Amino acid sequence: MRYWLTTLGLLFGLALSVVVVAGDDEGKSWIPSPPKAKQAANEQTQCVEPVDVMRRMHGSYLKHHRDKTMYLGIRTKQYSLVQCINCHVTENEQGEYPSIQSRNHFCNSCHEYAAVKLDCFQCHATRPEEAYENQVPMVKPEGHH
Amino acid sequence: MTDETNPNRREFIKNTAIVAGVAVAPGIFLHSVSQAKPDEHPVDNSVRWGMLIDTNKCTTGCDDCVQACNKEHGLTIEPSHRAETQPQWIRKVELKHKQTGKQTSLPVMCQHCENPPCQDVCPTGASFKREDGIVLVDKHICIGCRYCMMACPYKARSFVHETLTEQKPYSPRGKGTVESCTMCVHKVDKGENPACVTSCTHGAIVFGDLNDPNSEISQKLATEQSMALREGLKLNPGVRYQGV
Repeated sequence: MRYWLTTLGLLFGLALSVVVVAGDDEGKSWIPSPPKAKQAANEQTQCVEPVDVMRRMHGSYLKHHRDKTMYLGIRTKQYSLVQCINCHVTENEQGEYPSIQSRNHFCNSCHEYAAVKLDCFQCHATRPEEAYENQVPMVKPEGHH
Repeated sequence: MTDETNPNRREFIKNTAIVAGVAVAPGIFLHSVSQAKPDEHPVDNSVRWGMLIDTNKCTTGCDDCVQACNKEHGLTIEPSHRAETQPQWIRKVELKHKQTGKQTSLPVMCQHCENPPCQDVCPTGASFKREDGIVLVDKHICIGCRYCMMACPYKARSFVHETLTEQKPYSPRGKGTVESCTMCVHKVDKGENPACVTSCTHGAIVFGDLNDPNSEISQKLATEQSMALREGLKLNPGVRYQGV
């Protein structure tokens, strides 16, 4: 009888904690919840590699690909940072893209949780290419010509 | 062995590129498609990109190429904001002959030297020349020491002094690194012309492959007088000028 009561209590406690985590707003949650990508890269692996491989290896893939792109001009999309951003950084209902400081940004959602500093975006664009297409072009200074 | 195999390989790549260019759109000949390099192919030294700038066509007071470059790479954040330290990849230089009074106006950017002094002095190897002759900075390993800016005889490089946001996806730039004209490498790899070339309403800039004797630029260089800036330095730049 006591065994069952303890088990019941444990289960109840577990259920409560699940409710607490799920009900928490994203500002306070300690569990990273990266936004869903726009589409699956392919049927089998979802991303360009199986998800568990991507979680472990994405840094290495990006680092090697950047050198191939820069020195050799290889511009394939599989491990391209621009392509990661294109697919993974999505706009909200208002059509706004999240800032890189926000936990709604795909990269930052995990990196902030893991306390791993992100240097990429000191130089690289944080939003997909399409976000820049409609950008108002830079105003030409007056008095030209 | 290599002497024998290389020309054949080159011929093979040339021929496949021609076939691919035709096969993409039968009946329609797309000039840019036939030149475009497949994404997975590394660049090689069978190509050397260059520009020929005709200063007789270039007009005093016109800075369309500068504006196009600024816009393409997102260089100017807001006009006249700390102008002294604003990065500048192309600048217009106005010359006046003291005796005759003849005025010449020319855009000066990275000259994409065959033997770049910036690469020679770089302590980290961040300054480098791609196989196809385009001189770039690997900003991942640039420490911002600015030796290359001192070494460049054309004053073509800029240092980024301030924190940047909203960089273009194809043109990453950041504080603490040196940068210069990339010959719009992101466009060239797609078979397109650099932004300054397409923006020039006077048609003063010709872009093309210096190694291809049939390219427009090679044809022009072969028949018309041209020169390199500061020719005595024997840097053999990829950018050449007419009428200076």
